[in-house]
Amino acid sequence: MSDLTKLKIAEARDLLAKGELTARELTEAHIAAVEAADTLNAYIEKTPEIALKQADAADARIKAGDAASMTGIPVGIKDLFATKGVHTQACSHILDGFKPEYESTVTQNLWDDGAVMLGKLNMDEFAMGSSNETSYYGPVKNPWRAEGSNADFVPGGSSGGSVASVAGYAAMGATASDTGGSIRQPAAFTGTFGIKPTYGRCSRYGMVAFASSLDQAGTITRDVRDGAIMLESIAGFDPKDSTSVDIPVPNFEAALTGDIRGMKIGIPQEYHLAGMPGEIEALWHQGIEWVKAAGAEVVDINLPHTKYALPTYYIVAPAEASSNLARYDGVRYGLREAPENGALDEMYETTRAEGFGDEVKRRIMIGTYVLSAGYYDAYYLKAQKVRQLIADDFKRAFEKVDAILTPTAPSAAFAFGEKSDDPLAMYLNDVFTVPASLAGLPGSSIPAGLSANGLPLGLQVLGKAWDEETVLRVSGVIEEAAVFTSQPELWWR
Amino acid sequence: MSNIDKATVAKIARLARIKIEDQKLEPLAGELNNILGWVEQLSEVNTDNIEPMSSVVDAKLRWREDVVSDGDKADSVLKNAPNAEYGFFAVPKVIE
Repeated sequence: MSDLTKLKIAEARDLLAKGELTARELTEAHIAAVEAADTLNAYIEKTPEIALKQADAADARIKAGDAASMTGIPVGIKDLFATKGVHTQACSHILDGFKPEYESTVTQNLWDDGAVMLGKLNMDEFAMGSSNETSYYGPVKNPWRAEGSNADFVPGGSSGGSVASVAGYAAMGATASDTGGSIRQPAAFTGTFGIKPTYGRCSRYGMVAFASSLDQAGTITRDVRDGAIMLESIAGFDPKDSTSVDIPVPNFEAALTGDIRGMKIGIPQEYHLAGMPGEIEALWHQGIEWVKAAGAEVVDINLPHTKYALPTYYIVAPAEASSNLARYDGVRYGLREAPENGALDEMYETTRAEGFGDEVKRRIMIGTYVLSAGYYDAYYLKAQKVRQLIADDFKRAFEKVDAILTPTAPSAAFAFGEKSDDPLAMYLNDVFTVPASLAGLPGSSIPAGLSANGLPLGLQVLGKAWDEETVLRVSGVIEEAAVFTSQPELWWR
Repeated sequence: MSNIDKATVAKIARLARIKIEDQKLEPLAGELNNILGWVEQLSEVNTDNIEPMSSVVDAKLRWREDVVSDGDKADSVLKNAPNAEYGFFAVPKVIE
């Protein structure tokens, strides 16, 4: 197997520019790596023909001196981004056979920059999950294994295929999406770098909707610089999304100065959870020491409504999901299951019963209930008020600090089935990531250490709205201090 | 506040247009009560005089010219339909 799959995006970009590597060579190596990684189940649709065509176009573009940073870079696309003529089902059976007639803005931006599509990536059904176990296409295996063990672990979710493909050297980067932590938590579980930008930074046009006020696209890469490069490519104003915000996209790579001297980093006291594993506390403490050593000032802050973020999320997100997923009715696209001579209503009910998995049904039911007559004020309106308080907490904190540092997840990756029978235990995975999602703030997860049994752990950096540059800069400093050089063994190849 | 029984689950399922087998109503009631019981801790939070959040970013919705910007794509629109006839989506008979 070729070493080309171990290159970072920035390294490949430079080799391509110098003519020491062709996009075709790079792409062929990755197509082979994708084939060899079937065991991981990261890809649910492979597109080698498209990839080679795009690679040749990239080579022509590089030759003509017209290359962008992503030109010729092979990436994987999470299955919830619409890709014209290619499998797009958010890993749900209800979108059976759906091939969009249009392209999502995020992927179009990548193709405009000359990137190469290796295929579509596995995910929790409609992004509802934290372990990738709710996918219609089966679970994804974490490329990482515990020391001295052959047992498989979950990759986290919902962007399980995105992180497994990148950690498993079967993509140089991947698109992902975050509604409550679906980029940051799986990044932490797989030793990859994940960044979710400010809500409104990336267009949601052509993204299969889960909870529209929370959904935001982002990226998974093997380091911070690659994240800056890929995020810059997918971000930007889009008139086709009314919540996309018309402000210029900075040069994110230029934000990686390595200099955080004098910067104030907040440590939210409410994130010290009772019963949190000692190794997570220790990692956090280590992170604090790293930013101090780099010249930043560490400040204790309070985010008093933190404990209410998860319950707020589990009203707001299902409510929006129940509304968004009402469109799957067996009429316009996807699956249709109709009893013989049945009425229209029976067709709707049978189609939705067959097409949705258990977790999706559970969330639609919760959402339907909290929006129903007599309960709307008590649940939904109440949650939207608490959400405002959570956002206000952050606003006050960011008057005093430039960034916030926390652990990404309360544990390392867990085993299959360990939490899938207990929805509440699964939801608690997102305890550190959900608050920033509710407030629409940018956040990242940086690989920062290993658990006692040798699995990756991540630190989270949160920033002010529209200040991804500070998030990236602090992430870069932590990455440099952490010297995270561990790699999963290539057991699947 | 929440006490979802079998009949309520059946009613929610009906509103959500999801067919649920009779024997699954009871277990589902248990699951939903668990989740809703947990979210009820929000009632501890004082939200007097707090406006519910309607948008997470301070951005005004944009105006645009009221003109046709897209269209004439009937074939594209129908392309993924499970059943389309004569340029329409086809569904089971709704009028006798």
